[in-house]
Amino acid sequence: MKLKLDKKDLRPFWESLMADYDLYGPVELTEGVSVFKKIDRPEEISPNVLNTQKPAKDVFFPQSEVMFRYEEAGKRKEVTSFEELKRKRVLWGARPCDIQGISVIDHVFLGKDYTDVYFQRKREGTTIIGVACDHPRSTCFCSSAGGGPFLRDGSDLFFVDLGKAYLVEVLTEKGKAIQGNRFFQKAKKEDLAFAKEVEKKASKELKPTLSLEETEKKLDQLVESALWDRIHEKCLGCGACTLLCPTCHCFDIADESLNRCGQRVRNWDTCLSEIYSQETSGHNPRPTVRERTRQRLMHKFSYFPKNFGRIACVGCGRCILYCPANFDIRQVIEKINAN
Amino acid sequence: MQQKIRDIAKALLLKKELDLIIGFGEGSLPLRATPIFVRTPEEADQLVWNSFCENNLATYLSKFSQLRVGLVVKGCDGRSVTALHLEKRFRNHPVFRIGVACQRMVDRRKVRKAVKGEILAAYEQGDRILVRGKDFEVSLNRGDFLYPSCRVCTRRTPSPVDVLIGDRVEEIPLIETHPEVAAFETMSPEERWRFFERETSRCIRCYACREACPMCYCRECFVDNSHPKWIEKGLAPSDLQFYHIVRAFHQAGRCSGCGACERACPMEIRLTYLTQRLNRDVKELFGFEAGIVPDAPPPLSTFDTEDKQEFIK
Repeated sequence: MKLKLDKKDLRPFWESLMADYDLYGPVELTEGVSVFKKIDRPEEISPNVLNTQKPAKDVFFPQSEVMFRYEEAGKRKEVTSFEELKRKRVLWGARPCDIQGISVIDHVFLGKDYTDVYFQRKREGTTIIGVACDHPRSTCFCSSAGGGPFLRDGSDLFFVDLGKAYLVEVLTEKGKAIQGNRFFQKAKKEDLAFAKEVEKKASKELKPTLSLEETEKKLDQLVESALWDRIHEKCLGCGACTLLCPTCHCFDIADESLNRCGQRVRNWDTCLSEIYSQETSGHNPRPTVRERTRQRLMHKFSYFPKNFGRIACVGCGRCILYCPANFDIRQVIEKINAN
Repeated sequence: MQQKIRDIAKALLLKKELDLIIGFGEGSLPLRATPIFVRTPEEADQLVWNSFCENNLATYLSKFSQLRVGLVVKGCDGRSVTALHLEKRFRNHPVFRIGVACQRMVDRRKVRKAVKGEILAAYEQGDRILVRGKDFEVSLNRGDFLYPSCRVCTRRTPSPVDVLIGDRVEEIPLIETHPEVAAFETMSPEERWRFFERETSRCIRCYACREACPMCYCRECFVDNSHPKWIEKGLAPSDLQFYHIVRAFHQAGRCSGCGACERACPMEIRLTYLTQRLNRDVKELFGFEAGIVPDAPPPLSTFDTEDKQEFIK
């Protein structure tokens, strides 16, 4: 079903969602720096942010999450778990690459072998309203990574910017629960035609440029290649690219405790950090940035496809934009493919 | 300048005096240069010099400590090398310093924020920066877009160096005080804390600031130490604040004021107002500036009965 939402109704629309859901959306923390966070007031949302620094994975797999608290008072021992969602959620304004990133992480947290209840509850309890990317950036390569600026997969409702209004597509059962919202109008024929135009234009801008299918095969031959001696050189070994990546999902579990009470916390971790692979014995199988950079690329383009049938990259371009040393994953892939 | 850097690099590599030259190459994004690692005379032709050479390349020295390294240094980067030398970091080989008198670097984020739309190309034309997007072209005054740490810089000509490229420049700052230090000083203690709190709250603990800094070379950083555990790894405000306070304090008397930490931060956290202010404190209290006099003892590692101690209460 195709609906329409006037931009002047956007804030009241968000407000109406907040009556039934916890609303998450893109918020600018300071000029040019934005994240997805829980919305307290609808005016916090910056609807035109293309790609936030922190991806929308933060809503489902938060950077730091308390799993449970424990406490011992006399003979009484108490454990309180935090996996249940208190309220249903709506994520508004995620772009197709971020939504695809969430589907990538599904393989890990909701896969055949394990079900992560913390992720699962948030995933099941969240309705995703995706917003099409009508002005992709020059660093975007989603169409090379199995996506596209108008990819609807993973969205429950999908918005297309028409200038003064959004075209609203209802895609799933979850989406249908919102389709009756009083601010939605029926879309007109010309809206549909215009949306098609926008889609055509954006897709044309983002023609696939990188061939990522061959990368897996190449990488299998390159584990011990001298190529890695050069690729890592400029990498500083910080974790900006992995923490800001919509598909990176490594975590570390820590007990924050004092005396006889505390909490178990799950925090994002990064394979680029030295202590990530440090073993108790003192041995580190990935002793330098060379091995760690290789791990990052191998996991994305070789191990992940082997395990789950798709690469762990959605082409959002964040790692390119935010690397302090201008390490450009596109150039590295081209180097690997040329081998 | 660019050609001279290439020629010198080529000559050094031909004579096999060095194994590796670390300099700047063309970035993959507009308004950016990128660190490159030149090992053969042919590769030397990839070296560039422009107003986007913002990284402090001295941070790579610990990574390549087994090699004979030549390093392209601006004034601030050269100071870091001197400070590292003072801390006895170069036990294997001294660093060969290819000094470049710096024209002050351009703040890419400030440029990006000044124009509407995505910048697809940027060029320098004298004292102008020409930026081009899909449907716009703007000419900006380079001087309006310099990094704050570059505007206050009084050591643009690196010294000492093994070879200097370009003439020595007149060492006058464009402004006397770092604008954010000045603003910070006018605040009440409560306002300062709120500012610090707000800035650090954006931290994602990627440690780009630490890795970009040549002086952060500890074998094990206190944040990574698990025995004892000094700090938790989550996003609790107190942990974020703790990290940033200790990081800044560990720089006292060692920071060259290059600004690499702030430039590296993907969350655009203001960091140099702390380190620049600490630099001034160290200068006023001990008459010391990092990386200027090669053999001057670092004030925070030495004791002198004449040391100021009024601040001890």
